[in-house]
Amino acid sequence: MDALILTIIATSIPLLLAATGELISEKSGVLNLGVEGMMLSGAVGALAAVLWLENPYFGIIAGAISGIFMATIFSFFTINLMTNQVATGLGLTIFATGLTGLAGAPLVGKTITSLPKIEILFLSDIPFIGPILFKQDLIAYLSIAIIVLATYFLKYTKSGMILRAVGDDHHSAHSIGYSVKKIRWFATSFGGMCAGIGGAYIPLVLTPHWSEGMTAGRGWIALALVVFASWIPWRIIVGALIFGGITIAQLVGQARGWPIPSQILSMMPYIATIIALTMISGRISKNKSIVTASLGKPFVDSQ
Amino acid sequence: MANRKELDILFKASKINKSFGDFQANIDIDISIKKGEIHALLGENGAGKSTLVKIFYGVLKPDSGTIEINNQLVSISSPKSARTNGVGMVFQHFSLFPALTVAENILIALDQKISFQRLISDIRKLSKEWDLFIDPLRLISDLSVGERQRVEIIRCLMQNPKLLIMDEPTSVLTPQEIENLFKILKRLSKSGCSILYISHKLEEIIELANQVTILKSGRCVSTLNAKTTSTKELAETMVGKKITKLKKNNIKNNKTVAFEVKNLNKIKDNDFGITLKNINLKINYGEILGIAGIAGNGQNELMEVLSGEVICNNDNEILLENVPIGQKNITLRRKLGIEPIPEERTLHATVPNLALNQNTFLTYYYKYKNRNNFFSNFFISPQHSSEESIKIIKDNDVRCPEPNPLANQLSGGNLQKFILGRSMANNPKVAIFSQPTWGVDIGAATSIRQKLLNLSQKGKAVILISQDLEEIFELSDKVCVINNGVLSDILPVNEMSASDVGLLMGANINNNTKSEVS
Amino acid sequence: MFTFVPRDKVSKNWVILGPLVSIIFTILFGLLIFTFLGYDPLETLYQVFMSPFSRVDRISDIFVKACPLIIIGCGLMLCFRANIWNIGAEGQFIMGALLAGSFALMFPDVETKILLLFMFLVGFIGGAIWAFIPAILKTRLNVNEILVSLMLVYVAMLFIDFIVRGPLRDPMSFGFPLTKPYPEGALINKIPFPGIGYLGQLHYGILLIVLLIPLSWIFINKTLGGFKITVLGSAPKAAKFAGFKENSITMTVLLLSGGLAGIAGVVEVSANMGQLQPEVSFGYGFTAIIVAFLGRLNPIGILFAGITIATVKLGADNAQMTMGIPKVVTGLFEGILLFFLLTGETLQKYQIKWKRFK
Repeated sequence: MDALILTIIATSIPLLLAATGELISEKSGVLNLGVEGMMLSGAVGALAAVLWLENPYFGIIAGAISGIFMATIFSFFTINLMTNQVATGLGLTIFATGLTGLAGAPLVGKTITSLPKIEILFLSDIPFIGPILFKQDLIAYLSIAIIVLATYFLKYTKSGMILRAVGDDHHSAHSIGYSVKKIRWFATSFGGMCAGIGGAYIPLVLTPHWSEGMTAGRGWIALALVVFASWIPWRIIVGALIFGGITIAQLVGQARGWPIPSQILSMMPYIATIIALTMISGRISKNKSIVTASLGKPFVDSQ
Repeated sequence: MANRKELDILFKASKINKSFGDFQANIDIDISIKKGEIHALLGENGAGKSTLVKIFYGVLKPDSGTIEINNQLVSISSPKSARTNGVGMVFQHFSLFPALTVAENILIALDQKISFQRLISDIRKLSKEWDLFIDPLRLISDLSVGERQRVEIIRCLMQNPKLLIMDEPTSVLTPQEIENLFKILKRLSKSGCSILYISHKLEEIIELANQVTILKSGRCVSTLNAKTTSTKELAETMVGKKITKLKKNNIKNNKTVAFEVKNLNKIKDNDFGITLKNINLKINYGEILGIAGIAGNGQNELMEVLSGEVICNNDNEILLENVPIGQKNITLRRKLGIEPIPEERTLHATVPNLALNQNTFLTYYYKYKNRNNFFSNFFISPQHSSEESIKIIKDNDVRCPEPNPLANQLSGGNLQKFILGRSMANNPKVAIFSQPTWGVDIGAATSIRQKLLNLSQKGKAVILISQDLEEIFELSDKVCVINNGVLSDILPVNEMSASDVGLLMGANINNNTKSEVS
Repeated sequence: MFTFVPRDKVSKNWVILGPLVSIIFTILFGLLIFTFLGYDPLETLYQVFMSPFSRVDRISDIFVKACPLIIIGCGLMLCFRANIWNIGAEGQFIMGALLAGSFALMFPDVETKILLLFMFLVGFIGGAIWAFIPAILKTRLNVNEILVSLMLVYVAMLFIDFIVRGPLRDPMSFGFPLTKPYPEGALINKIPFPGIGYLGQLHYGILLIVLLIPLSWIFINKTLGGFKITVLGSAPKAAKFAGFKENSITMTVLLLSGGLAGIAGVVEVSANMGQLQPEVSFGYGFTAIIVAFLGRLNPIGILFAGITIATVKLGADNAQMTMGIPKVVTGLFEGILLFFLLTGETLQKYQIKWKRFK
């Protein structure tokens, strides 16, 4: 049972990170469909870094940098060149899939040492939850820290309020004197960083090798998670855990010899995503203020 | 003597020039404003007023020219630097954030550090001092337009401005709210704060301002003493020619009921909408019914349900010549002779990136359908409308850069002429107009209003939904007011005064949407 | 730095110039990347862009490769014009192929090509059903079609894997996951040219393109349906004002594009594989998105775009064989191409204004 819970948590970490980053991005008004691509680049970057530098912690940094690099390409086109956000995000994912496939080709077959678990003394001795929550790797702790920080940032800081304002009405924000572009660049880069670390988690902790497309659609699920969580950070934790649980249903099913074919079990996360989106869309139709007002709209600065 | 005058001058802009590509928005503009003076900036749409004040507030940078405050050259490079230099601005369409609270909206424009508690108490203090009542913790999306403007003003006042710029502040207010605003502005001016007030409302300028600068086509054509000029002089200086009065034939004897709305109810379909409650109206042929109201009180919803874009719950809610049509859609209603002309010229009445023949086809396509030849109904396309499109352009003097231009190549006034022409060419029985002269300059506005009058004089029924009280009173035979989805009683125009209408516009109408409505 | 100023008149030159310039810049950019990675740029340029034209049978293979891209592309054109983002064409392709294949395998001894015609119908239905899911969710519940259609791609891929390895598996395929071979009536044969024989893999499926391109053009420009789609994508409020029903249009374009993707699936399997296998599509549904964009959502453009992209794909195959560059690199090019195309769109609407530093 313990092992099951630990696996669920581990599977949910990449979703958690990518979704939180995307939430901040969307709160500023930018819809980034390139999350899958950013995660992939984080994965391949982390693997390459660890193979080269032999220390798994460098993988985290490399993952973050790779994610930010991809986000920068996205930001340049959508924020500075005012291109269509949906098409650009798709392009980014297609581009990243190709680029990571290329960069990852020489890495196929190689394995690395995983990130070690860090035990927080005293807390890890608490019965039941101790060993589960306080014997995690650095990225897991980071992900919780990022969610807490993101929540605090949005709700209680002036900068967070300014970011929300930009997402609410970018023209008003501009009229008051805020640089919409700078703020969106920040938000998108943050999203890239989180997606990159989330992607890095997969080779660093889950499956310590590289294969093409190893994120298997997690980036897309993260996008759905943001909607499902109604753009409220703590709800992402709930969503990510649910999806983590559904994802490993396939492994559990096989281990326990369920009569359902493994492919059908593997479909569950994707079908669950569709169901989750359907459920939440009904709510959103009634209360449109849940959605960030300027989401997806390019900001045209007419100087 | 000259020295004394200069000491009085708070704000002086000299030779301001600004172009956007080939378009010259401001050409060699000079303005000077004394301390405590209320200075009006008058001009038609496109004269360059908004551009100029955006330069004063640092949102735009001029191509050339200087600004002096208290006789010192300043460089206003951003809104923040404008605020530092004592310039505050209330935008026409507001720069507020609906998803944030009043306090957050004010905080976001404050450059100094301040604790949230202190901010809230400061807001309450100012609010009380200036009679601008507002609750700091409410969300902007819950506030009325008048309340939102109060937030904008308080936001400016918190920075102790020397010059307060207001861009068309009264276009969205009731007469009573306008009175309150003027009281505040006069108080501000007495306390030494100068005010630069953009408006195209001549009566207001005469009542409020000390000086008025008139802009025309980007240039400053005149600076007049507001107290000694007249609306006629202002209008003519602004337009540059004599304005013709509308020709109105006041004899109306037609008693045939053309169009009737009976107990119409429509629940809003989203959070930001307005529920229409128990709408009743009757209009005879040859009449113009004016529906006044501040934007956002259900006009859009009413227009949708009258035009047929949204059908009624019950067929009997709308009657044309006593025949129920409530459940007929917009195309069927067009066939029956109802022509709606919506408020938004682009993206609603027309598709901007399509050509005029395609835009004609947009509302004419049903005419080419042939019940006999089912198959050919698939193969109708904009080419079928080319001839009619050319006729509309010719008959309505629509100025086009080429024979079949895209809709977005036409100026606002010309596009409106096309839209009106397209509808009128169908010889409708009932025409419904929503804000027909919004954003159109005086010349074109006058011609549009004359067209409405001509329509009614030809015996058609005209419904006019408008925010412009002047327009309502000038054109209507009967008047009513829409407020929060509720329609007031309809009275003949000579039994209503502007003040009555204003009270109805600004009243707090409770529209209880929780009660079950069939 | 620079800033953008809206143009008064949208530049008509950019409509054709945009894609051409984008292709050129993509090539240059790509060569830079390859040089950086240590591959000879001129050799790469030849292999990727020239080698497909080096032999007649290679040229015909371009059309073979372009075939599914153009068919799916025409369907996507309808969706994108209406501003409906059907990202799940890959899944619709798979389901079309799967349903039609299952149907064909029910008639193992049929030789007449009438079976093939029925398969097209079944394939169309299969793809349309798969597109119906995002369509109904969007029209009834306003669920975003991007994520739904995309999730269904993964579901489709897993489903065909399950079917081919499970219920439809050919017991005589010795460990390889394959279905039984299609009957003769389900195959699309190569075209025999008198005197020359076959030209590469060129098959009768090409005729579909010859039919589809003019049909699409007529639909978009000469029918009311095509007009409705254009208006909905340009100005939804105007569509309402005209009395066009948004839900009907949404449903129509999704079903049509799903169906066309399904037909493309049938063609691919019947012409090139002759039986179902777990992987029947090689990213065609996603590549077709690029084709639709490159073709500026116009049938003639899509024809040329399909040929262009197919060339690159074949060239990449050759580059892998001769130079060892991984095939997946086409994704790289496609992404870059899309970026440049989008930039071209911006330049169509806005002019660059260089700001002097003060």
